[in-house]
Order: sequence, then C-alpha cells, then structure tokens
Amino acid sequence: MSITVKYFALIREQAGKSQEIVDYRPGMTVSDVWRTVMDEDLPSDIKVAVNMEYSGTDLGLNDGDEVAFFPSVTGG
Amino acid sequence: MKVEITESIFKPYEKIEQYQKSLQIHGQYGAVATFVGSMRDFNDGQQVSGMMLEHYPGMTEKHIEKICQHASEKWSLLDVLVIHRVGEVTIGEPIVAIAVWAAHRGDAMDACRHILEDLKYQAPFWKKEHAGGGDRWVKNNTAGYLKD
Repeated sequence: MSITVKYFALIREQAGKSQEIVDYRPGMTVSDVWRTVMDEDLPSDIKVAVNMEYSGTDLGLNDGDEVAFFPSVTGG
Repeated sequence: MKVEITESIFKPYEKIEQYQKSLQIHGQYGAVATFVGSMRDFNDGQQVSGMMLEHYPGMTEKHIEKICQHASEKWSLLDVLVIHRVGEVTIGEPIVAIAVWAAHRGDAMDACRHILEDLKYQAPFWKKEHAGGGDRWVKNNTAGYLKD
C-alpha cells in the first residue's frame, strides 16, 4: 500500500531527492501527499501529475499511484 | 507520428528529411511546415553559456504525443515529427524541431505553431541556465514575439 512521489527541477533540489515512497491511506488526495512529505500545504504555483497526467490537487489517489510535483515548465 | 527525446546533438533538417523519406505519403503533401528552436547566448538580460534540460521520462513523451494527436484532430494532417533535446545543451545547438506534413499550407503552419506553443507551456521540460552569476532555473518561457 504505497504511493511513489517524484520531484523535478527546483522542487527536486529543494526536496533533496528525486523520489520517495509514502504509505497509501484510503481517501488520500494529492494535497495530502504533499502535506505528508513536506509538512505544509501544497503551494498553488506547484504543478501536479498523477500517473503521468496533469491533475488537480484534490484528486483522490489509488494504491500504487505515481504522483509528481514540479514547477512551471520551460521547454521548447 | 514520431516523438523523439534525445540527449545527443542532432541535425534537424537531416532528421526531417530522413523521416520524410520513411513516410508513405509521397505526392500527398503540398506543405511541410517546420520549426527549429536553438539556444541563444542571452536570456532575461544576462549572458548564458549553456544549460541543462531536465524532463520527466515517460510523461514528456506521452504529453507531446497527446499534443500532436490533438492537433491531428483539429487540422487535416498527414504526419508530425517532434524532436526535443534533454541534458547539457550549448549555445547555438538545436533544442527542438517540429515538422508537420499536410495537403495544404494552412493546416501545416497552424498545426506547427499550435504544437510548439502547447509544448512550450505544457510539456514537462525544465531549463537550468549556466549564467554569469551562476546556474539558475528558468521560471517562465519568453513570449513568442519580441514586441507584444
């Protein structure tokens, strides 16, 4: 029963890691994951993806999901 | 449709020609719209010497494919090629190449611009520039025009 959490770019540097595993709890949302790992509310400027799709922060998660946190994208 | 993420420097026009030769659309296309984006030696008022391009393996490819699929539904297209660099990039090197094949110029050009803009604002890539004052993350992409 776990969620894989990934961090990219500035968020990865601030977290000091590129990924970690957190325990899954039924009813857990994306915001709950951030609160669990960072001990603060999810800042509004951070983008979120669940299973490699952009997601809202109140999305309910399933056991085994992959959640990613990252700043605004700057490719191209 | 092909999406390629590469850590190696690439020759965009050779890649486009090579891909075109592999397509079974000879005689069907009347227009090929291409865009090649390269690395400048300045950004945000500072000289830069290079940059590191980070991406989200898996999601980046998937998202660009989705952008191309969306463009194919909106315009009448025959094929699309997108190539994007990741890793260390130096001045003057190509970062991104987009080519769109269509029967007519309007579809090809509009779709090419649309794919580029969606890629710049949605595809998960992040640039960290090597600037005079040290490395810095690019916060936002610049506007498409010098004077808006």
